[in-house]
Amino acid sequence: MKTKKPVPLPYPTDQIEAISRDLMPKPFGLSGKIWVAVLSVIFLTGLYFYIEQFRFGLGITAMRDYSTWGIYIANFVFFVAISLVGSLVSAILKLSGARLRTPLTRISEMIAVSSIIFAALVIIVDMGRPDRFLNVIFHARIQSPITWDVIVISTYLTISLLLFYLPLIPDLAFMRDRYVGIPAWQKKMYTFLALGWNSHPGQEKILRRAEQILAILIIPVAFGIHTVTSWLFATTLRPGWDSNDFGPYFVSGAFMVGAGGVIAAMYIFRTHYSNWDKYLTDKHFEFMGRLLVLLSLVYLYFNINEYFVPAYKMKGGEAEHLRALFHGRYAPLFWSVQFFGMVLPIIVLMFRRGRKPLPMFIISIFVIVGAWFKRFLIVVPTLSHPYIPMDRLPESWQHYIPTFKEWSITAGTLAGALLIVTLLARFFPAIPIVETIEEAKPDHNFEEIS
Amino acid sequence: MTATDQNSRRNFLKKGLGIAAVSSAVTALHAFQVDSVEETGEKVKLLSPEGEIVEIDIAYLKPIPEVNISPDESRHGIPGRRFVMVIDLAQCKNLRKCHDACDKMHHCGPEKEFLKVLKMQNNTLATPFWQPTMCFHCDEPPCVKVCPVDATFKREDGIVLIDTDRCIGCRFCMVACPYSARTFDWSEPAFPLELAHQHYSPETSVPAKMGTVSKCDFCPDMVRKGEMPHCVTACPNGVFYFGDENEDAVSNGAETVRLSELLRDRSGYRYMEDMGTRPRVYYLPPVNRAFPFQDDEFTKHKG
Repeated sequence: MKTKKPVPLPYPTDQIEAISRDLMPKPFGLSGKIWVAVLSVIFLTGLYFYIEQFRFGLGITAMRDYSTWGIYIANFVFFVAISLVGSLVSAILKLSGARLRTPLTRISEMIAVSSIIFAALVIIVDMGRPDRFLNVIFHARIQSPITWDVIVISTYLTISLLLFYLPLIPDLAFMRDRYVGIPAWQKKMYTFLALGWNSHPGQEKILRRAEQILAILIIPVAFGIHTVTSWLFATTLRPGWDSNDFGPYFVSGAFMVGAGGVIAAMYIFRTHYSNWDKYLTDKHFEFMGRLLVLLSLVYLYFNINEYFVPAYKMKGGEAEHLRALFHGRYAPLFWSVQFFGMVLPIIVLMFRRGRKPLPMFIISIFVIVGAWFKRFLIVVPTLSHPYIPMDRLPESWQHYIPTFKEWSITAGTLAGALLIVTLLARFFPAIPIVETIEEAKPDHNFEEIS
Repeated sequence: MTATDQNSRRNFLKKGLGIAAVSSAVTALHAFQVDSVEETGEKVKLLSPEGEIVEIDIAYLKPIPEVNISPDESRHGIPGRRFVMVIDLAQCKNLRKCHDACDKMHHCGPEKEFLKVLKMQNNTLATPFWQPTMCFHCDEPPCVKVCPVDATFKREDGIVLIDTDRCIGCRFCMVACPYSARTFDWSEPAFPLELAHQHYSPETSVPAKMGTVSKCDFCPDMVRKGEMPHCVTACPNGVFYFGDENEDAVSNGAETVRLSELLRDRSGYRYMEDMGTRPRVYYLPPVNRAFPFQDDEFTKHKG
């Protein structure tokens, strides 16, 4: 352990009351209620159409024998990608001793947990026989990348839940002891979940150790989860997927969209709750902005490898696929995604003025939306270019245009993930209270891994 | 080796049929002792177990009962066989009898086909040709490799089948197959009621089930009866040769030839050999064609 000079703090140090008043989870205001209502409506509409799909089959989607994977799989990849933010902030930033990470950890774990839950649900949504889901366990074949995905996703979900829950225990105890004026059941929930925490040095030692182990454990699992997801494509013989780059390409894209997700959430929390700009300061945005530039540059590097090298060779089926992306059917989407979702963020965030909260929020939305459509561009065009000719097929089979019901189910899953984040923030502090109070003490020593 | 032996070895499929017929005759004789049968006067000649030609009334014949192949049995395959197909592209004029017979026998709905006849052209200067494609029953099947639940499997006799009672409908196999040979039941398949209650076997691929993958099965149910797959018997031009690699013999119904000689003499090749999938379906190149190429109007996909 190394001792460092305490950082100057933006708020008075002895204001435990003020900090807890600011950070304690609060009931929804009017805007919060509207937000939850809108998300619920989108989610329930999606659920309604999913029930229809469950009864009548995947025929309600636009997927057919050639475009056999569509936006469900793109959405799955998106959810897996954004879930990597948990490991980025809680593990990589923690282990590298980035001091500004404290108010970001809980937010990123909330995003990680909700998106990984929905990644798992979306894969069930895409299954033709969801009723046979348990076959994946009872008849598991270790040769299949899907089996690897099931193993690594459940491991990642477990570690992410623990990384969300363990650092929350001191806060739960804090709320159990100090939060007045809440319903009895909420108090009971905090009491139960706090597991009798009383800040005993022995408890703290165990907790810190557990967090440390998890922070290290989650890094290989996080790389694993997205590398294996990329292998669902890269292990096939299809043009556009038959690539050795796919693992790092996917992982770098995932960290980028994850950082974008945290920035968007930071901005929303900061503007929604009063006084949160004291905790999610411009410095935090500056820090995340620089990180996002770095991650975007890495992703740009992999994009160049992924598109330029095959484009230089223009080999058979690969050429047909690339032509559709560069100047064919998918060109408008492809160039918009590459420009607005990757090049523009790099340019804007290069400048100090671009790394202010509002411009960063706008850029983060570009990054997130771009990332979603990038997954669409990875999944869909490849399947429209099979090796055998596609002529003599009805028009609807040749081009995959998702149906309204399909979009609605997909929107439902996205709304559902946001709903989980919202509800978590409603009952659990989105910024760690106890840790913030600790760091507010003038004699606080920042710990680092030595 | 007797003449009968040689003969039966060459016409291995007819041998199967012969055994079936004899066993029917025995059943018929047995039945004769128990029930009284009204003779029709129509006679057939059969080979008795003692090796004598006997003539009996067709009223004594009983149809061979449908053998219900258990799921476990259908995973192992027919012992000692290595099924193989050769498609003579020089003979194909896109009559699509193969396609229609396959569709009918497998009760493919309007949006499903196990067998496609595709218009192919090797380069812009070469004349196009018609190429029937189906599941190639690869020896290195990429589809089997990726299946997470062992719903699709490679058998000892070389056939790749799907157990739709186990398939979870993830469609990874469809994505993995570079030949787009697999189809999916996107909605509840429509078929006659009596079919819905038929015993399901991966060997027949019927009745199909919603949310599962299916494809050409090489008709092992027909082979067990000593008959050829439907596409082979339906083709009037003898495009399809089906047979057993172990016996080095394939037949298109009209003639039975040595597989090795056919592939050697007529430059047999496999589609997209560089995929490394080692298909069990070979093609004979479309040279010295029996018909000039005609781009037919009626070849539109049903869809």
